[in-house]
Amino acid sequence: MDALMNFGLGMFGGAWPAVWTLLKIVLIVAPLMLGVAYLTYFERKVIGFMQVRIGPNRVGPWGLIQPIADGLKLLLKEIIVPTTANKGIFIIAPMLAIAPALAAWAVIPFTDSLVVANIDASLLYIMAITSMGVYGVILSGWASNSKYAFLGAMRSAAQMVSYEISMGFSLICVLMVSNSLNLVDIVSVQDHGRFAGWGLSFLSWNWLPLFPMFIVYLISGTAELNRAPFDVAEGESEIVAGFHVEYSGMAFALFFLAEYANMILVAALTSLLFLGGWLSPVGFLPDGIFWLFAKMSAILFLFLWFRATFPRYRYDQLMRLGWKVFLPICLIWLVVVGVWMMSPLNIWK
Amino acid sequence: MDFQTAVFFFLSAILVFASLRVITARNPVHAALHLILAFFTCGGVWALLQAEFLAIAIILVYVGAVMVLFLFVVMMLDINLDRIRQGFWNYLPLGALLGLLMVLEMGLVLGAKYFQVPAVDVLVPAGVSNTKSIGALMFTDYVYPFELASLVLLVGMIAAIVLTYRGPKQSKYTNPNQQVFVKAKDRVRVLQMPVEKD
Repeated sequence: MDALMNFGLGMFGGAWPAVWTLLKIVLIVAPLMLGVAYLTYFERKVIGFMQVRIGPNRVGPWGLIQPIADGLKLLLKEIIVPTTANKGIFIIAPMLAIAPALAAWAVIPFTDSLVVANIDASLLYIMAITSMGVYGVILSGWASNSKYAFLGAMRSAAQMVSYEISMGFSLICVLMVSNSLNLVDIVSVQDHGRFAGWGLSFLSWNWLPLFPMFIVYLISGTAELNRAPFDVAEGESEIVAGFHVEYSGMAFALFFLAEYANMILVAALTSLLFLGGWLSPVGFLPDGIFWLFAKMSAILFLFLWFRATFPRYRYDQLMRLGWKVFLPICLIWLVVVGVWMMSPLNIWK
Repeated sequence: MDFQTAVFFFLSAILVFASLRVITARNPVHAALHLILAFFTCGGVWALLQAEFLAIAIILVYVGAVMVLFLFVVMMLDINLDRIRQGFWNYLPLGALLGLLMVLEMGLVLGAKYFQVPAVDVLVPAGVSNTKSIGALMFTDYVYPFELASLVLLVGMIAAIVLTYRGPKQSKYTNPNQQVFVKAKDRVRVLQMPVEKD
């Protein structure tokens, strides 16, 4: 590592810190895009097997080149701008969808030292950046000047605002017990506790003491992602394809990339906040980045499983779940955690 | 000019431009979008001043929630700009007076150093988390004003509901609890029919 730093300093001189940061960004975004491509393949295969089909198997061995072929196809397609669309916003909207999905990765730690920006308020930063993802959806729906797209945008706006609240409350519980907003600290706190002392550290992770919040976060995360069964903003059978009905080619692909990048992001956040991140589940195995990826894959599989299993929520049921079920659970558990931390039974000292 | 100053001027230029467009844009949705841009760059300027909590809070609260609802409303409205623009010249003197007053006040605050008013010079020592100190202050020294402010907000929310409430809903709706706990035998009756012969 030192040799690389010296080489860079010699090569670029004063501009080396900027070049090094850019390099780190490329090192995160490139595997992320590859991950997105193969997540789509994985999704089609998994859902295929769950529905007793084969899934993609024509392009390359076991269909492995399929995502590359799809990407190439989307790149070469024409982007059609509807004549009555608001052209500037129509073009900007997909960019507004993907930019937050990528920007949030700046503070995601992969191990206790492998992180682009280790800032103190990283959890707040994530909440702020991810809350901006909704603009891509709203603006694309409005700028398309189409009834279906507009309906999708309206639904999405209401849904995102509702579920962000319960998501925020579950994060507040996590930061209360961690006494920190820094993701690296939040993970390292989960390494302490009675069970961790016995070598069963997976029982010391936040998912057990904060179990209701874990469930709320996972379900609200699925809703924030606009994934089935909460995909009312797309709702193929009701409003055609919702907000992106007028988009084609790479503009559509950007929405697609944003959705899957956000899926990986929520999986990473759930693993970091509730499942101990890079910590190993048992004492005799070493910690490492492998555990983070394993946990993320398990949660991603869960998202695909949801999609293959549940029918879509009706819009009013969705609102009821967010406001009348999750919000009271969050408010009650917030008080429970507060009292728990003040009582002699506090396990997070 | 060092890097921070360059970033400051860059952000300020965007902020001033976006704020101007908020009041000059003809399309209300464009105006709302420029307001979002203004909030976002404002957050950037605050982050530059090492007030990272305020910076993130403005993006989280205003950009992430308030402006989403604002856009929601603006998109649904059918705004006739010509009617709004009527009486522009009648209102101009009063508006200009108010604007001048605000500029004067801002000048007094920002130019405090030049008017011999002792300005507060705060240096953030390294290793002190801004967010943590704000939280600690808010819930110790300023806990009563803070709780009072949240109470005022609560009153505002309830007042908004009371003002728009139009009595109980007369339309039909389903009870999700009953739906969840329904069993097949409550809904479906299997009849045994004797086979008919002809």
